[in-house]
Amino acid sequence: MRFMMFMYPQIDESDWNPTAEAVEAMSRYNDELRKAGMLLALDGLRPPSDGASVSFNGGEVKVTDGPFAEAKEVVGGYWIIQARSTEEAIEWAKRCPGENCRIEVRPIFEMEDFPPDVRERIGYDPGLHPGG
Amino acid sequence: MAATADARAAVEAVWRIESARLVAGLARLVRDVGLAEDLAQDALLVALERWPRDGVPDNPGAWLMATAKNRAIDLARRASTYERKREEVAHELGIMLAMDRADFAAEADDEVGDDLLALMFTCCHPALSTEARVALTLRLLGGLTTAEIARAFLVGEPTVAQRLTRAKKTLREVRADFEVPVGSALRARLPDVLEVVYLIFNEGYAASSGERWVRTELCEEALRLGRILAELAPAEPEAHGLIALLEIQASRLGARLGPDGEPILLLDQDRSRWDPLLIVRGVAALKRAEELPAPLGPYGLQAAIAACHGRALEAEDTDWVRIAALYEALGAIAPSPIVELNRAVAVGMAFGPEVGLALLERVATEPALRDYHLLPSVRGDLLARLGREEEAAVEFRRAAELTANESERSLLLRRAGDAEG
Repeated sequence: MRFMMFMYPQIDESDWNPTAEAVEAMSRYNDELRKAGMLLALDGLRPPSDGASVSFNGGEVKVTDGPFAEAKEVVGGYWIIQARSTEEAIEWAKRCPGENCRIEVRPIFEMEDFPPDVRERIGYDPGLHPGG
Repeated sequence: MAATADARAAVEAVWRIESARLVAGLARLVRDVGLAEDLAQDALLVALERWPRDGVPDNPGAWLMATAKNRAIDLARRASTYERKREEVAHELGIMLAMDRADFAAEADDEVGDDLLALMFTCCHPALSTEARVALTLRLLGGLTTAEIARAFLVGEPTVAQRLTRAKKTLREVRADFEVPVGSALRARLPDVLEVVYLIFNEGYAASSGERWVRTELCEEALRLGRILAELAPAEPEAHGLIALLEIQASRLGARLGPDGEPILLLDQDRSRWDPLLIVRGVAALKRAEELPAPLGPYGLQAAIAACHGRALEAEDTDWVRIAALYEALGAIAPSPIVELNRAVAVGMAFGPEVGLALLERVATEPALRDYHLLPSVRGDLLARLGREEEAAVEFRRAAELTANESERSLLLRRAGDAEG
């Protein structure tokens, strides 16, 4: 199974760039994931003020530049990992050297999650791929 | 009760993460993987009893190690009150002395890595049969239960249990060193370890039988082991070559079967169903293999071939000239009629059906290919492209007779019909 772990740092945007210590601790954690053969991909994201939000209302597109005042929390980074169960993914999330943050652990859709008529229309089949 | 089930699932999740390191660390101390596994299992039982009640400790790995070590000391103390062979007592004293060493959790990363690698080599010891190596690897490095291994290989649970018991007994009898071989010994034994990972992957990849989730699980486990191996033996091109091959092959898992489970040939697959993340990972691993001073080995070359396919967005974009050259290189270091057959296909695509056919005829008399349906199937394809339709039809019919796969048979018969047109 493949999981995406979203990191929501609870910090102000002015403190967005992590310290050397925080990066070191996080690198150790990422290394542990890698050495366990579980890590498929990861990235840290630049602050929301560097990004934009593209929203659709009744099909109408609206682009808003960051930061996003209305957002309760924003994503700071993500991991994609391979795990054998949701519990295992949660156990890995618990080992993250977090201080004030929230990690959301979400299973990635698998083919079995869809009825046959939907499956037929899926170009790329996520769930059949091991390694996640 | 749901809460108990949840707690149990949490313990099992920790176990899945920690068991290999735990068994490896204990095996280094007691020099016996069977005993190490027993000690680790004992620690798991204690965890299953206590964690649901007291909560999961902060460092569950270190907790399990400490518990297993205490258990070892208890055993040694109790045992020493009976008459014992001198050797065994000395052996257990070794355990107790080792207890004084640095705490497991504080151990250097390198040491944990060495233990894991030593465990891999021990599970794939030359004294063991291939079946035993596979079962032991899945059990001790994958943390799979006997029942899970039995399901994966469609054999009875007692068969697997017996296989594991015998394997551990054999390791004891041959006094298998719990060590990572060095130098030429490493190079000599690494292929055994790589082969076991490859076999586990193929068992999962084979579309022939077994429940789908078990097959997926096996592929995932092989990928995980392959990635760990590449981390632990970074100077070995074949460790990177193998994981590169597996990642790229796994990228096609979603595309290689039709709606009724019938296999779809590589060139006919819907490439939008190939997993781009795994292709990228495979290509990156291949690059690491290529950057090492030693030339690519058989896995690396197969990965390079797989990468040629992986890079082509459409079947027509395939770099057949490069694939033909890679098959030639593969045939030079790992000669086999199958490689030559594949090379004939690639050459036929790169330089025209006539050249491909000439190459094919050179291996056509190989006994290994006598009843292999792909030989007449490839020949039929080359002949059809040369406009020799009647000869092609004969070949497709012969291939249809030889294949065990129903949907492939109907495809071949259809091609025979088309050729006769």
